[in-house]
Amino acid sequence: MNIVNFTPISALIGGLIIGFAVLIFFLFNGRLIGISGIASNFINREEKRFDNFLFLSGLIIGPIIYKLFFNKEIDINISNSFILLIVAGLLVGFGTRISGGCTSGHGISGISRFSLRSIIATITFMIIGVITVLIKNYL
Amino acid sequence: MNKLISLLSGIIFGIGLVISGMINPQKVLGFLDLFGNWDPSLAFVMIGALIVSLPMFHIIRKKEKPLLEEKFDYSNNKNIDQRLVLGSILFGAGWGLGGLCPGPAISSLALFNFYSMTFVISMFAGFYFVKLFDSITQAR
Repeated sequence: MNIVNFTPISALIGGLIIGFAVLIFFLFNGRLIGISGIASNFINREEKRFDNFLFLSGLIIGPIIYKLFFNKEIDINISNSFILLIVAGLLVGFGTRISGGCTSGHGISGISRFSLRSIIATITFMIIGVITVLIKNYL
Repeated sequence: MNKLISLLSGIIFGIGLVISGMINPQKVLGFLDLFGNWDPSLAFVMIGALIVSLPMFHIIRKKEKPLLEEKFDYSNNKNIDQRLVLGSILFGAGWGLGGLCPGPAISSLALFNFYSMTFVISMFAGFYFVKLFDSITQAR
């Protein structure tokens, strides 16, 4: 194992900001953030559809505000095949809906409320993620 | 007012994803590359988020109700079943393949790149298929 590209300060600050978003959504609206839940309810459920739409719009507006405010480009550098992207997207869509949460819903909100269910989910998807990358790198 | 909070929470979350670097799939894949070139940043993002959300959750939930709604509305599902484990396995595999989970995937639509758009459309199709499948199996 080599440690590379580690950015602890910006990661921690970004994490605190994410925690703050969870805090205000809970304090004011009484809901816990789970992005896969909000996104799938947006298409699958009538209830609170407009709230979910606004939250998802905010997710997209956030990086735009950041770009304007800091006048910095956000680079994403990745190349994956089209088919692989489709498969990855489907797996993430299926998986988060079947298990009821993703990195935010299980990983942050669920662990915050000491949910054993979420702790098991988080450990499982992290281990499988590591194994998937390991296999991918050897192919 | 609660609509404004929904929008604002999304914006703050999205900014957090950019500052933490998690909007970049390469950072996420770096975290998952534990046995190769490991980038531990994602763990620090989780720690940062939990430092705020964990204590605040336990303080706020003791209140009678949230500030703008009549009651708290969050899952109290305690089922540890096959669905939980199977779903997490599928999600972990997709996460490791693409380097994107739902939050960063949606946020990165702001960058108008082909990568995120393809992934997000496919992810929403996944959400829809699970609903379809559940409504068929429950109808039986």
